[in-house]
Amino acid sequence: MIRFLLRRLLETIPVLLVIVTATFFMLRFVPGGPFTSEKAVTPEVRRNLEAHYGLDKPLFQQYTDYLGSLLRGDFGPSFKYSNRTVNEIIADKLPTSLELGAWSLLVALGLGLPLGVLAAVKRNTWLDYLASSTAMIGICVPTFVLGPLLVLVFGIHLRWFNASGWYEPIDRVLPSLVLGFYYAAYVARLTRGGMLDVLHQDFIRTARAKGASEARVVFKHALRGGLLPVVSFLGPAIAGILTGSFVIETIFQIPGLGREFVNSAFNRDYTLVLGTVILYASLIVVLNLIVDIVQVWLNPKLKFE
Amino acid sequence: MRTSLSPESLPSAEITPEQLEQGTSLWSDAWHRLRKNRLAIAGGVILVALALLCAFGPLFSQSYSDQNLDLGATPPSAAHWLGTDTLGRDLFARLLYGGRISLMVGLVATFVALVIGVTYGAVAGFFGGKTDAVMMRLVDILYALPFTVFVILLMVFFGRNIYLLFLAIGAVEWLTMARIVRGQILSIKKMEYIEAARSLGLGKRRIIFRHMIPNALGPVIVYTTLTIPAVMLLEAFLSFLGLGVQPPMSSWGVLIKDGAEKMEEFPWLLIFPGGLFSLTLFSLNFLGDGLRDALDVRSAKD
Repeated sequence: MIRFLLRRLLETIPVLLVIVTATFFMLRFVPGGPFTSEKAVTPEVRRNLEAHYGLDKPLFQQYTDYLGSLLRGDFGPSFKYSNRTVNEIIADKLPTSLELGAWSLLVALGLGLPLGVLAAVKRNTWLDYLASSTAMIGICVPTFVLGPLLVLVFGIHLRWFNASGWYEPIDRVLPSLVLGFYYAAYVARLTRGGMLDVLHQDFIRTARAKGASEARVVFKHALRGGLLPVVSFLGPAIAGILTGSFVIETIFQIPGLGREFVNSAFNRDYTLVLGTVILYASLIVVLNLIVDIVQVWLNPKLKFE
Repeated sequence: MRTSLSPESLPSAEITPEQLEQGTSLWSDAWHRLRKNRLAIAGGVILVALALLCAFGPLFSQSYSDQNLDLGATPPSAAHWLGTDTLGRDLFARLLYGGRISLMVGLVATFVALVIGVTYGAVAGFFGGKTDAVMMRLVDILYALPFTVFVILLMVFFGRNIYLLFLAIGAVEWLTMARIVRGQILSIKKMEYIEAARSLGLGKRRIIFRHMIPNALGPVIVYTTLTIPAVMLLEAFLSFLGLGVQPPMSSWGVLIKDGAEKMEEFPWLLIFPGGLFSLTLFSLNFLGDGLRDALDVRSAKD
């Protein structure tokens, strides 16, 4: 177990290094720097700016400098907001995105798991068909269609919610629902499939033969195995929720890191883009590691290789 | 992102006596089963109709770019079936033109993903051993990366070029395909007819391309059908953020973005593009699910 953990932790180091390196050089070889899009600046001003941000040094030195400051947990100054550091911007915006992500994940599991279990247990009844069609809607109606539609109906016409913003607790409802619904649909389908597989197995028949109640069979015996496909889906789901928030934050005008990332990419704010990419990548890599561990914990058959 | 929804309609193929005499091939058997799945057939019919409409419709419809500023945005009417946008352009014509781009992105980018994924998976599966271990470990690692982020970076920094869009999306979506093909090849490799081919002295390249890939085709077809909606979704996602297809070209994603901005006053600008795009995704998914059941593809483990 400890060896497995150590090995997986060690593996993440080269992965992160590749991400940092690839993004760093990609941004540097791009036509047009952060100061070229601005109104014309005189050559001297430009030189001063470049010297200030260390852009006049040889490329490789810039790279090692950046790696060094990363190790100290310092993402450097923002190119666009002259008096702010990337760390400050991230500290300011990330909590909002994480909160949105957490609520969405809650929607995905809170809606998807019960629907999936219900569909599997009551299979081929109207409940199953209803759950399956709901899931199909979730998969086929994209967030950027569902979001504006819900705003139109519940925000603008019925006025139950604010159409946009992120101030009161009630403002969390629509964005989290929209972002989480797609994943709830997948979770429901995976749960249903996983539960059906397990419910066919012999040990379930044994449990029933022993006279265990249906609830006990489902929740005590079947659920653990039936959840396996869902757990392996959680890694991609979390990554998807994080990137999906780019669109959701744009639709609902939420001041999170997702919207900031898209803006910073448009603005060629190199350091902010780099910082955000590295942050997202590390988050996803770490969360995937956790998912792997949970998976092994749920399924003793998968030994920690 | 494959699901393992296996409706217990592991379809019982009813075989007529004539078929029994001829013997049924895998494909006629599958076709027989697919025909019984009404949703899948409906999906297929809708897709063909949409493709024809988008391909040839613009030849007959009104111009997608002619502006009529006096007219402005009007709701659906006899002259403009789906209404007009704020510049007085016919929405129906714009949907057809946008559909051309959206469907083309879906097909071309899926093709890119298909070529990369099948080649990669086939090579890994065929050589096996260390090669396989290294190649599939790489796929595992790539799986964990936030690729959407990289596609966004590419589009922002290297110009919003539609060919780059094809490549970038295709380069992202090949991973699952590679896994599926590899799994297939690994199991086919042990079959006797491969041994026979090898003992006949056929070259590796010939064995891979003539014998293994054709036999691994079922899951590839199924997954291809399911990749198309994923690809179209990614294109629309990027276009919605303003990073995909650029004006004066338009795609369903662009139309949805424009519609969402003006939905308060002119809801039809959002409802029709959104509805049509969702309908396409529905059709593709139902067809893909139907094919999976018909070809009896065991859901590949993700």
